[in-house]
Amino acid sequence: MEKAILDILEKDSRTSVEEIAVMLNRPVNEIFDAIADMEKNNVICSYTTLINWDKTDREYVTALIEVKVTPQRDMGFEKIAERIYGFDEVKAVYLMSGAYDLMVMMEGKNIKEISYFVSNKLSTIDAVLSTATHFVLKKYKDHGVILDKTPDEDERMIVSP
Amino acid sequence: MIEPKDFVSKKIQEMPFSGIRKFFDVANEMDNVISLGVGEPDFITPWAIRERAIYTLEKSSIRYTSNLGLKELRVEIASYLKRKYELSYCPNNEILVTVGASEGIDVALRTLLNPGEEVLVVEPSYVSYKPCVEMAGGVPVVINTKVENDFRLQPEEILEKLTDRTKAIILPYPNNPTGAIMEREDLEKIAKVIKEHNIFVISDEIYSELTYGERQHVSIASLEGMRDLCVVLNGFSKAFSMTGWRLGYAAGPKDIISNMTKVHQYVIMCAPTISQYAALEAFRSCDKEVAKMRQEYDMRRNVMRKGFEDMGLSCFEALGAFYLFPSIRSTGLSSDEFSERLLFEERVAVVPGTAFGECGEGFIRCSYAYSIKDIKRALARIEKFLQKIR
Repeated sequence: MEKAILDILEKDSRTSVEEIAVMLNRPVNEIFDAIADMEKNNVICSYTTLINWDKTDREYVTALIEVKVTPQRDMGFEKIAERIYGFDEVKAVYLMSGAYDLMVMMEGKNIKEISYFVSNKLSTIDAVLSTATHFVLKKYKDHGVILDKTPDEDERMIVSP
Repeated sequence: MIEPKDFVSKKIQEMPFSGIRKFFDVANEMDNVISLGVGEPDFITPWAIRERAIYTLEKSSIRYTSNLGLKELRVEIASYLKRKYELSYCPNNEILVTVGASEGIDVALRTLLNPGEEVLVVEPSYVSYKPCVEMAGGVPVVINTKVENDFRLQPEEILEKLTDRTKAIILPYPNNPTGAIMEREDLEKIAKVIKEHNIFVISDEIYSELTYGERQHVSIASLEGMRDLCVVLNGFSKAFSMTGWRLGYAAGPKDIISNMTKVHQYVIMCAPTISQYAALEAFRSCDKEVAKMRQEYDMRRNVMRKGFEDMGLSCFEALGAFYLFPSIRSTGLSSDEFSERLLFEERVAVVPGTAFGECGEGFIRCSYAYSIKDIKRALARIEKFLQKIR
């Protein structure tokens, strides 16, 4: 049942406990408890809204930064990641397999702001060996959602056998 | 002077248009209609399948395939039937790819029937069975299933309609329009009668992927001693949301399939080639999508059923397809009156149960192949209508 609740909330986090109870044909209190449990255990970390900022007049730039690091004796990947994700402008940090170690996704007002962050905050961390910054030009799909999609028209006939 | 219509055969002249069509003509002319009347999925065909079709168009010349269908596809069908339903058919001569399961019905009946032989048609059911039996020269004999049995076919209902001319039975489960299913125990009971009386089964399992609850769909052909008495019809329309691709298949003993292939060969040649290539992808990479669609249908089913329950329309627990078949008897209206007034007064399209057989009187078919938002909007309008007429 947990999986089914998560599937529903991942698609629409505004679905109410009562609605979920009907959809899964379970008592409301059971759904309520399951969600509370998952919130407590950090299975559900947050309820957010996916916004296409390109449609607003907000100026912003997204960058993906590949970071190579040398883990040090008393400072494994966890610690280095922690140093990086502590910054507010960092939106995501992933440990990667392959040619580099950490993928840092960040947002800034403009290129200058991001370059300031990379040169002054990120590269200066002792464990960081090198960085490669890629700017995002356009987001087509995010979190499984096609961003600039016209709503599907129902092309089916109104009645069919 | 002779009129064009005078050239039309008596049989076809006398054949009525489907009850659904009559209703559709009216509904289609109206604005602001919320429909629960559609018999096809709202999900669009998974991208992997459409992408494969595009690739096929680009890379190959689209030619006829073998009459039976692409060998590769028949191999995939055989392994799918084995994996899902414990059915063993040889891809070389026991599987025929058809233009939807609809063609399968027609071809199977034409292959089986001598003039005047009777076919048991279990109702309520899909609109094409009776006309297809008649066009194939047979005589349809209707079995009315009952809501008190959850519209599951009972062995004694078969026995009541048997004559020495009974040749075959069309078994339509999971059922359109009721959403009824036949579980293993139900099938075992009727299989006994069928074997005793040597009736051939045309098992239309087009909704086999859409059953809900703990138990999976069981094919009657997988029961002991039934394989040689059945042709299983299935297709891609409902499971993979591929209605417009017109692709289905028939699986059965080789003497049946080879003779069905004769009919198919002369009237169709082969099923659409692009669809056949695209369908390969359906089996290879769409299990997850199918599971996702099933889960989504199940939630909508719960929402709709609760809605009817809350407004006092009784509705048996339909465990298959994507239809609910609530009883509207408590309103005192007939199915036709109810559906018509609901359409004109509250602009909700549902299909009167009678479109699927006389025993559908007192019921309406409501499809939940719609988003939960649409279902809720429709339910609110139905509730308003009920308050008005009660």
